[in-house]
Parts: sequence; structure tokens; C-alpha cells
Amino acid sequence: MSRRLRQGTLRSSFRETSSRPYAGFLGVRSATVRLPITTIVFGILILGVIVELLRRRRLREKYAFIWLFTGFFVIVLAVFPGGLDRAAGYLGVASGVSLVLFLAVVFLLIIAIHLSWEVSQLEEETRSISEEIALLRLELERSRPDASAPREPTHDDPTDRSL
Amino acid sequence: MTRPLSVLVVIPAWNEEASIADVVREVRRTLTDVDVLVVNDGSVDLTGVRAREAGAVVARLPYNLGVGGAMRLGFRYAVEHDYDAVVQIDADGQHDPAFVPQLLDKITAGADLVIGARFAGVGEYQARGPRRWAMTVLSIVLSRLSHTRLTDTTSGMRATSRPLVELFATHYPVEYLGDTVETLAMAARRGFRIEQVPVAMRERKTGKPSHTVGKATVYLGRALGVLVLALIRR
Repeated sequence: MSRRLRQGTLRSSFRETSSRPYAGFLGVRSATVRLPITTIVFGILILGVIVELLRRRRLREKYAFIWLFTGFFVIVLAVFPGGLDRAAGYLGVASGVSLVLFLAVVFLLIIAIHLSWEVSQLEEETRSISEEIALLRLELERSRPDASAPREPTHDDPTDRSL
Repeated sequence: MTRPLSVLVVIPAWNEEASIADVVREVRRTLTDVDVLVVNDGSVDLTGVRAREAGAVVARLPYNLGVGGAMRLGFRYAVEHDYDAVVQIDADGQHDPAFVPQLLDKITAGADLVIGARFAGVGEYQARGPRRWAMTVLSIVLSRLSHTRLTDTTSGMRATSRPLVELFATHYPVEYLGDTVETLAMAARRGFRIEQVPVAMRERKTGKPSHTVGKATVYLGRALGVLVLALIRR
């Protein structure tokens, strides 16, 4: 544990933490050690939430895959941060951080567009269904003339929108 | 001229309890051989009751879909019940049903979409400012597209032939201005015959037309957007 020796004991670094605002978390002061921890924790959190949503059947698997992939990607980045700078170098991007930010923005943009598309699709489906319902109700009223004096909402009860 | 056509008059209505009964009665009095379908577009007032009392068939949408959704429902109904033509009339009383036979004569003569047009010599409806510019641009572009002179592309008074009713029953545009501008572009691009008949519009019985400059400018922008989209859409 040469790093700890250089920084003094855990105990002493704890004392420093309280006196200096930018001292490390849990006594780990070196940014090169803390960053992967932060990133890995986030990656595991994302994975955990997705798996839990899937387990409770709250998320269709077609959406789960991209988020699971994102979680894995974050963890891989955390473990091998050096690969990022190398990839950035290949693409002519100055630093790995810029590359990550750029990719994140593009990724989120694509997700947002995809969700708009999904919402449009869903709205069209609900519209079509409500038109179908109106037609069916009309046919029903006609085939059962005794039930054809439907209740309509009145001014006394504006919340009642049932027939 | 006798009309062998079976005609459905569709009146999309959203909270029009003050005017709907008069409109329905006038239509039934003026045009004795048509059926009237009022599409109650999610009204929270007594529109449905008033329309039914006046003798119309009423279809009630569970929530407000706008003119586009209401009309698509009307076209679906017309297809299912085998009508030869659909006539659309506004629920606020600004359309005079006395002009409908002229629209239908054009349908009988082979037109697919007949617009009841203001600014075409009859009546004195006027618009100014950005709203007028929007209407002018729409007229020019859509006239060229449909190979006929159209002076009032946003009129809500129109007659539709059976082939076009079938198309509209599945592909009616439901967005803003889709029911007027985009339907024209759709019909024209698919080679349907479009014509117009000059009509006089009355003052609305209820409701206020939006006449502020700000609103008119927004209208201009949206109308042009809709037009461009209509032209590039599949």
C-alpha cells in the first residue's frame, strides 16, 4: 500500500477531510482512484434499476436493452479509463472526456427522437380506438332502442362524462 | 336535377350547444333527402342532447380529437353505411346549407372534392393582414397542385365523393389545419378532381373568430408549415 504510506494513515487523512473542503471521499484522496469508484457505482445503479423494472414487468424488454447496454458501457469505462483516450485519439478528438460528452449528447438526442416517434404512434392508436368506440356505441344504441336515451353530462354535474 | 346520391352530412361539433340544434334543423329542412351525423367531439355541454333532439344521429367521441378526428369518424361511418357522398358543415352556423345542392351537383358531374369557397364573388367575408397572406399563399400553391382555381382553401364546407371518402376513412390528417390544407394536397397529389363553388358565409352564431395580429401571424407560420409538410409527405 505505497499510496497510503505516501498519504499517511487513513486516520490522519480523515482528519484532513474535515478541515479541507476538497479532500477525498472516505479518505481516498487520489482522483484516479475515486473516479472509477464513482463511475462503477453509477453503472451498477443503472443496471440495478433496469433489472428491477424488468423483474416487475414495468419495462418492455425492447427498451431495456439500450439501458442495460448503457450500464455495461459505463462500468467498462470505469474499469478501463485508458481505452477512452486511445479511442479519442483514433477519432481525432483531443480528450476522452470530450468524446464521452459528445457521444452522450448524440445518444440522448436519438433516444428523445425515438420517444417522440413512439408517442406519435401511441396517440394515433388511441385516436383510432376512440373513433372506433364512438362508432360501436352508436351501433349499440341503434340495436337496443330501449337503451337509446343515453344520459348526457348536465350543467349540474360537469364531471360526469359518461353516457 | 334529381340526385340519385345517398348523402351524409357530417357536422363536427365541440361545445356548440347554443347553435347545433338550429344548424341541424336548418340542414334537415333545406336538404330533405340527406342523413345528418353530428360528431360530438368530446363536448362537456349539451351538444349531443340538442343535436339528437333536433333529429340528428349523434356519435360521441370519448374525448376531444379536433376536427380531423371527428371527420375521420364521419368518413368511417359513411363507408360502413355505404353513402355515396359526404358533406361537411360547421356547427357554428356560418355555412348556409342552401349551397349544398350546388356542391353535390359538382360531385354528380364527376368531381371528387368540392369546396364551398368564400372570396369567390358571393358574400362579403373579408380577412386582412397575415391571415390574408397565409390564405393567398395557400390558394396559389394548392391551385397549382390541383390544376384548378381555389380561392378558399381553409373553408370547412366541402363535399366528398365516395372514392375519396374511402381514402379519408383511413387516411384523414388529424393535425392542425390538416382537415383543410392537407386534405386538399393529399387529394390533389393522388389525382382526385377538386373543384370549388362560390358560397356566402354568414356571421357565426356563436364563438369568436381569432382576429388579433399576433394570432394571425402564428396562423401564417403554422399554415405554411402544414403546407410544406403536406407537399413532402408520402
